Parts: sequence; C-alpha cells; structure tokens
Amino acid sequence: MNLSFSKEDQEFQQEVRSFIEQNYPSEIKEKQDQGIPLSKEDTVKWHKILNDKGWLAVNWPEELGGTGWTITQKHIFQNELAAANTPTLMPFGVNMCGPVIYTFGSDEQKEFHLPKILNGDIWWCQGYSEPGSGSDLASLKTKAEKKGDVYVVNGAKTWTTLAQHADWIFCLVRTDGSGKKQEGISFLLIDMKTPGVEVKPIITIDGTHEVNMVYFDNVEVPVTNLVGEEGFGWSIAKFLLAHERTGIAGIPSLKRELDRLRDITTQIQVGEGSLKDDAMFMSKLDRLEIKLTAAEYTELRTLAAMSAGGHPGPESSILKILGTDLQQELSDLFVEAVGYYAHPFMTEEDLASNESRIGPDFAAPVMPHYLNYRKVSIYGGSNEIQRNVIAKAVLGL
Amino acid sequence: MDFSLTEEQQLLQDSINQFIEREYTFDDRKKFLDSEKGFNEENWKTFGSLGWLGMPFSEDDGGYNGGPVDVMVIMENLGKGLIVEPYVPSILLSGKILADLGSDDQKSNYLHPMISGEKIISFAYIEPQSRFNLSDCLTKATVSDDGYVLDGYKALVHNASASDTLIVSARTSGNQCDEKGISLFLVDANANGVSLRNYSTIDGGKASELTLENVTVSKDSLLGEIDEGFSTIDNAIDLATLGICAEAVGIMGKMNEMTLEYTKTREQFEQKLSQFQALQHRMVDNFMHYEQSKSLLVMCAAKMNDNTEDKKKALASLKYQIGLSGKHIGEESIQLHGGMGVTDEMHIGHYFKRLTTIRTLYGNSDYHLSNYASL
Repeated sequence: MNLSFSKEDQEFQQEVRSFIEQNYPSEIKEKQDQGIPLSKEDTVKWHKILNDKGWLAVNWPEELGGTGWTITQKHIFQNELAAANTPTLMPFGVNMCGPVIYTFGSDEQKEFHLPKILNGDIWWCQGYSEPGSGSDLASLKTKAEKKGDVYVVNGAKTWTTLAQHADWIFCLVRTDGSGKKQEGISFLLIDMKTPGVEVKPIITIDGTHEVNMVYFDNVEVPVTNLVGEEGFGWSIAKFLLAHERTGIAGIPSLKRELDRLRDITTQIQVGEGSLKDDAMFMSKLDRLEIKLTAAEYTELRTLAAMSAGGHPGPESSILKILGTDLQQELSDLFVEAVGYYAHPFMTEEDLASNESRIGPDFAAPVMPHYLNYRKVSIYGGSNEIQRNVIAKAVLGL
Repeated sequence: MDFSLTEEQQLLQDSINQFIEREYTFDDRKKFLDSEKGFNEENWKTFGSLGWLGMPFSEDDGGYNGGPVDVMVIMENLGKGLIVEPYVPSILLSGKILADLGSDDQKSNYLHPMISGEKIISFAYIEPQSRFNLSDCLTKATVSDDGYVLDGYKALVHNASASDTLIVSARTSGNQCDEKGISLFLVDANANGVSLRNYSTIDGGKASELTLENVTVSKDSLLGEIDEGFSTIDNAIDLATLGICAEAVGIMGKMNEMTLEYTKTREQFEQKLSQFQALQHRMVDNFMHYEQSKSLLVMCAAKMNDNTEDKKKALASLKYQIGLSGKHIGEESIQLHGGMGVTDEMHIGHYFKRLTTIRTLYGNSDYHLSNYASL
C-alpha cells in the first residue's frame, strides 16, 4: 500500500497545472470566480480547448480519443481542474451518450456522433424522467411506434437539464407495452430540430431556468437512431446510471468550495473579529472537511477496485449519496456563513450585471445555490433509490 | 497510488483469521475472560511465535521491521475476533516506548522477552484529572541518593495485574500540564509502595488503579533522558490510536455482517426483517459508516510516517470518525437485533461494548475534533 504520488505523477500534475494556467481563458475564469452564470458559448469554448489537447474524454478507450491515464492521473487531473475553478462540462455527451454509443451503437452511429461529441458541435440532453415516472423510471410511457423506417414518438419528458441549448436528446422510449415494464424500453437518439419536438422551461425555486419539459408530438425518428436492439433500453439505462453516479460525487469541487468558505469566514466581520473566531461554526466546517476527506478516499478505493475489476458497480451508489450529502451540507454552511446577506433575491441577470451587488460579492450566489442544490439528492436516481440499490446489490437484501 | 496489501500482509491476515477460527470461539473467549489474568498466556506465546508481537519493531530490536500498515492489518483482524490479549497496551504502547528510549540492557531485559511472548509490560500514564491530556501529570518523581522516589496515583492501567513490570510517567520538573518535565520509569510491580486495585473493564478487559507511595527505583530505571518523556508518550499513543481504530474498523465490519445475517433470519409479520425497507436503509447507512471509517483508516496508516502535522491531522480525522461511526454502527446494530441485542448471550453486545470503550480510549470525538481544529 502506497498512497503518495510517484515522481511521474508529480510531473504530470505540473503539466496539467501549467496547461490550465496557459489555456484557461481569463474572461471565463473571471465569471467563474465571481459566481456569474456562464453562457453556452463559454462552456463550449472550454470544452473545445480540452478536446484540442486530447484531455476531454478522459475515460474513453484510448483508440477512440481517450487518454489511457491511470486512476491516479485521472484523480490529479480532476483535482487540478476543480482547484482552478474551470467550468463544469455538461456530462450528457462525453460521459453518458458517448460511452453508450461506443459500447452499444452501430458503426454509422459511432462514425457520425463520436467526433461531434468530442468537438462539442452537438450538445446532448437526457430524456429519461417523465411527469408520471420519477424514481419508478421503468414505468415510462413515451411511446415509439415503428412505422416503416421511422419510429413515431409521442409523449413528454421532464427535468430535462439545459434542453433549451441542446441539439440532440437521448431518450428512453416504450416500444412494447405488453410484457414486463423493463422489457419494452428502447434507447433512441432524437434530433431536437425534428418537427413535433417542443421545449418548455421549468423555473426552479432559485428563480433559474435550468430544466425543461420536452414534448413529443408525432415526432418521426429514423429507425437507424435506435441504439442496440429494441427492448434493450433498460440495460443501457442501468449501464449509464453506474457511469453517472461516479462523477456525481464532485469531490474535487467540494474541496475547492470548502477552502473558499474557510477564506470567506475571515472576511465576514463579527463584532471586533471575524466569523473565523466562532468556534461553533468552525467546528461544523471541520466536521464537513473530515467527512469529505473520508469520501475522497472512499472514491479512490472504489476507483482502485474498479481498475482491478472493470466497470463501476453498485459501489458508485455510495459515492452518489456521500457526495450529494456533502454538497448540500456545504451549500447550507455558506448560507449560514453570510447571515442576513443570503436574503436579497439575486436573479441570474442581477448576478451577471455590472451593477454592484447588495452585500458582499460572495454572498449573492449563496442562497440560489442552496436552493438549486436541493436537486442533487433527487436527481441521478434519488438517494433513497441509491439505498435500495446498495441494499440489493451490495448487502444482498 | 496503490491500496493493495502485499503478499506478506495477506498471509498475515489469513493466519490471524485462521487462528480466530480454530482457537478463539466465543466459548473459548469466555474462558479466557474468566481466568485470573483475563487472557490466555498460551495464546500470547503463540502470537509471539507467529511474529505478530515483533511486527512493529526493527530487526535490531528483535522484530520484523513492520510498518503502520502491518499494525493496521494485525489490529483490524484481531478486532474481528474480539481478541482480549493485550496487544495494544503491551506491544503498541510499552513496546514502542522501550524501542524508542530503552538502553541495550533495558531492551534485552524487557523488550526482547516481551516480543517473544514471555513478558507483559503495562504503561501507567492516565490520572483521574488528566482526561485525554497527555501532558497533565501530577505523579512526582524526586531524586534520591541512589535513584528516584515516586509518589502518585494512576488510573485505568490496562493489564497491570498481569505485568511484572510497569512503565510509569512521573513529573520530574515543571507544572502540572507542562510537556517538559515528564520522565518515564520502569517500576517493579512488586516493589514496596506499589499497590494495585484490580478490576474488570466493561469490554471484557482487565485494568487497575495504581497507587505509588514512596516507591524507590534505581537510577537505571529511567527510560531515556530526564524531563524529556513527553514526545515519546505522544508517539506511542499515536501508534496505539491507529491500532485501536483498526480494531474498531474490524469490529464494525463484523457487527454489520452479524446484523445483516440476523435480519435475514428473523421473521416478523410473515416476512424476514431484511425485507423491510426502513431497516434496509438503516443497514445501508451502517455500511456507509463502515466504508468512511475504513477509508480514513487506510489514509492514516499511509500517512503515519509523514511529517508531524499531516500525521496528526490524519489521526485526528480518523479517531473523530471512529467515535462517530462507532456510536452509529454500535447503537444501530443493537436496535436492529431487537430485544436479543441486549442479551449477554448474543455476541453482538460484546462487540458493542468493546466498540464503545474504543470511542473514549485515547480521546473521544470532541477531543480529536478540537485537535483537528488546532492543526
């Protein structure tokens, strides 16, 4: 057992660090550091910078544009990106649809989609949940009926993150309603520009437009856009959920944000001193930091086991629960830290405007973030569902 | 980064598990507990001959050059078997002090027979008022013509009644809580003025309250330099802390296993307890507590040889977590066993009692959280 970085790892860390220093656009960095929401163009720009370097699809097989990095290198890379506060890239193409296509897709699908996922020309969104199908995802009703060489799709998807920016959507659809509910589900790729696709915003409690309803009204999708066989969709969904859960812990960003909160405690005046002198508050921060350290090593142990044994398994459910617990606890500590200045309501437009903010700059995004982050224990399979998964697959219950 | 155990460490793990399976059933354990010394001397010699007792010591000291990871492997697996033989108090505390400070004579008279399993040596350092503060020492040693005279009182000296010799900390200069001015002495347990009040501890162990009245020891009873014992005590407690945290992780893993097994067997309302979702989710939380504890244990074992601050921070994190998770898993396991969980007959309660004492031993969660904050 040896948990320190080798000389090669240290050199790699230096290489990543200087790459970020030289290539992270200052205008995006400024927005990130001030908590100003990024435009689609900002995110795509950073996506392309990483892809040009060959550092985008870190987990893909090397021959398809992956890096072939060791677990330690991936760990270092994610930590350096997070420490520099680079934009969070949308996971739907690179981390989700890409692996599905190269694992289950046809040659035509691979040839058409993989390059466009890598270079950022196509933005993906995910069509899973439906108004009547949340945690019970397999009960989904969006119907795809085969008519000649097209599927005719009718139904509605919900909670579709950033569908307003997306070019394509990957969907779970029902191709057969007769048997067991899991067996009639298929995985379909749909161009958002197809007639009959309509996106309607859902405004969340933080006042932002992040998620949407997506309606399908007699949408004609070429049968060549089916991934795998008809009825194979549930297996793909399970494959994807395991992939989704590993990154979902967001441990490197949590480390950066915790350090930032420590720094903020010195800037918040309390009487003659600062919040840093408040032992009760600081103790909560310390407890959170220890939990975070434990989660970081739990992730590393899981990754090490994975590299020995292949795919991420149900263990990734633990990381989803731990990571999202930490994200929510930390978002609450930020609110607690800034006190009354969490109360002024700042819209995305207010945050982006040149007008000075009410209260300290760091206070403005805190409450919207806290409110927005109620989502993390609900999405990606709610934490209750994750506990069901662990109970069944790990504990054998 | 590499989380795997070496082949030797896997063999060590296997040999401990085999020993527990063959020689340490719960009935055996009960007999050992009921004996006068509170453990089995034959077992102790077996530990010596299998090399477990010598593991943390250098070859020069007659040991096997093992590191913190080896200590972790030994203690985690001894924990699974709820072993009562005094590995932590004798080997990790007294042994470590002797290895650090002992002269050649002191090592050959005390450390070597300890490693071979012939001798138990207890370390007396806790005082009624000291709580977890290692520098709080009122027991005094004054210089006399031919050595030192010790006066004072030590609390909770583990396995003192089985020891011929004790290591005693005593103040030779400075004030009650000064780090400087604490010295370490080898004291014959049968010397005039030494009296022990022996008792059993709630976790099945043995301990004593020790009174020292005008106890005379010779000059060569001093371990190391006069006034300079503190850092050695501190280092030994650090190693022992790693040891009991590993033991706790072994215990927690075993408790989770037993609880799962129980809920898969016991039926109520015409179904197995394990089929109730409310109980399933609680067992998942127990499992996550175990994983979080194990992660910090592994991290800490890997950092024991780092610079002092990194090591101290890792230890404070680990012991805080063990306190937290020990309470969670311990109490939940009893609850999930229902009424059977509070019977002496079931094994779960015995694991619970040991886990509960470990939460306090060498500082509870609050103490280690405040250490963490100060680093």
